[in-house]
Amino acid sequence: MVLRNIIFVFLVLVAYPVQAALDIEITGAGEHQIPISIVAFAGEEKLTQKISAVIASDLKRSGLFRLVDHAGKAPHEMRDVSFGDWAEVDALTIGSATVLADGRVEVKFRLLDTHKQSQLLGQSVVSKGDQARAIAHRIADMIYEKFTGDAGVFSTRIAYINREGKVNRLVVADSDGYGEQSILTLKEPIMSPAWSPDGSHLAYVTFEQGRAVTYVQSLFTRQRFALAAFPGSNSAPAWAPDGKQLAIVLTRDGTSAIYLVRPDGTGLRRISYSDAIDTEPSFSPDGRFLLFASDRGGTVQIYRMPAEGGYAERMTFEGNNNFSPRYSPDGNNFVFMHSTGGQFYIATQDFQTRQMQVLTDVGWEKKPSFAPNGKIVLFATESLGRGILATVSSDGRVKQKMIPQQGDIREPMWGPFLK
Amino acid sequence: MKKLTISVLLVSLLAACASNKPAEVAAPAAASEAPAATPVAEAAKEVAPAATDALDDASSILAKRSAFFDFDKSAVKAEDKPAVQAHGQYLATHANRKVVVEGNADERGSSEYNLALGNRRAESVKKMLIVSGAKASQISTASFGEEKPRATGHNEAAWSQNRRADIVYK
Repeated sequence: MVLRNIIFVFLVLVAYPVQAALDIEITGAGEHQIPISIVAFAGEEKLTQKISAVIASDLKRSGLFRLVDHAGKAPHEMRDVSFGDWAEVDALTIGSATVLADGRVEVKFRLLDTHKQSQLLGQSVVSKGDQARAIAHRIADMIYEKFTGDAGVFSTRIAYINREGKVNRLVVADSDGYGEQSILTLKEPIMSPAWSPDGSHLAYVTFEQGRAVTYVQSLFTRQRFALAAFPGSNSAPAWAPDGKQLAIVLTRDGTSAIYLVRPDGTGLRRISYSDAIDTEPSFSPDGRFLLFASDRGGTVQIYRMPAEGGYAERMTFEGNNNFSPRYSPDGNNFVFMHSTGGQFYIATQDFQTRQMQVLTDVGWEKKPSFAPNGKIVLFATESLGRGILATVSSDGRVKQKMIPQQGDIREPMWGPFLK
Repeated sequence: MKKLTISVLLVSLLAACASNKPAEVAAPAAASEAPAATPVAEAAKEVAPAATDALDDASSILAKRSAFFDFDKSAVKAEDKPAVQAHGQYLATHANRKVVVEGNADERGSSEYNLALGNRRAESVKKMLIVSGAKASQISTASFGEEKPRATGHNEAAWSQNRRADIVYK
């Protein structure tokens, strides 16, 4: 069998420290926005990135903060703060960045409550010299958590596929679109990236063998191997939360059925037996259940069954078809793709109340996944004929478009908290 | 005359089975038998291996290699059945030939569901090929889901082209 396409596999680490691969537009606002000022850090002009600007950008993107610029006032120490000057904000951040003799960077910051005139947070972080953005994201996470009680996701990453002409790239980037790295480059399609629970590996599907084959690749060593290359299609990988097995979909026995397999490819066992299409498995956070999409009842609907297989309970009853279920991190609801009237929307459904909430309104939205704090949903959509990514907050209020500099992007997946 | 016809048929069948390419199929004995104006001789000429393999004949029904499907369906449509059946019969009489049936879907729905739907379409064509005489060992299937569309565009004109299974000879 002659291969018609030449396949280029580049396992390359390419970092763009000062340019975002994705342009971000924000619309909407949270119900209550906290007014806050992020004052320029002393010495930050010596770093590769202005830490205060990155923190401000992160908080603004969340939709929960209203950034107030306070031109002319630049305190760096507590003693320089005159609280009367800051009455229009609830809080301000001050800090300093010092480059140490060995090239590392020490960043100190304080988060101050302007009304109580007291300190809410004070931290010192030491990191490698080129890690200015990472430090800023960590500080933004701390500020976000202080005010909302939820963990921030500014330090997390996303994976997606960039397609430009015939070239497909599996990409990992920061959740703000910076730091894009190409994990794999092929002239064949790539789909269904799936993060391992600790963020160290990506499972994904490619067509380089002439059919769908699932690979697992280490993000540290960049080594990869074929997890499942049975006859037929091998796709839809989903990691169990303990990282000890994956669910995958194989057509080796005729129809698309769900199997479990260990991360080294051994221990294959089938768990769905409907003779219909069973696909898109998603583990519950406790690992005990799987959500999946199946057309066993005629239309495509979402079902839940025990993770070892067994009775499958139908979960969705509205619209025409429902696809792509993913559990929320707290296990209380799930997000999915809801098809009605020929359009595709992102919706969530609560397990307790069985109530569905539609989060999007344009009608071409696919492949939803939760941020690891459960507060934001990432999905694929289109804008002006191009494939882009977008996010919506779990209450539907804050929306964001992530537009690539070049190519079309698809198949996004939000990564886990970094440990 | 009958003896001649039978021997011509036998030789051409043997030659067809033994080779992949038309160039190798030449059976001088049959070619040199100049066709007379009788229907029997003309029938003999059609089967003569010196003529092209029916698979390469652009006007043959075998030139049609694709079946198209309705939205979310995988049953072979009435208008595509004759061609699929003809390929099944061709495979039956050419036991050395193999095909891959490649299934595709339009972009509506999730990419994973579309991969499964493409697979179901490929399997549906495979079944019909077997019913028409092909052996299962001659047919493999693959699905590309929505990943390799023949037509781009968010409209039925593009979608209908992508809801498709292709019979690809190896």
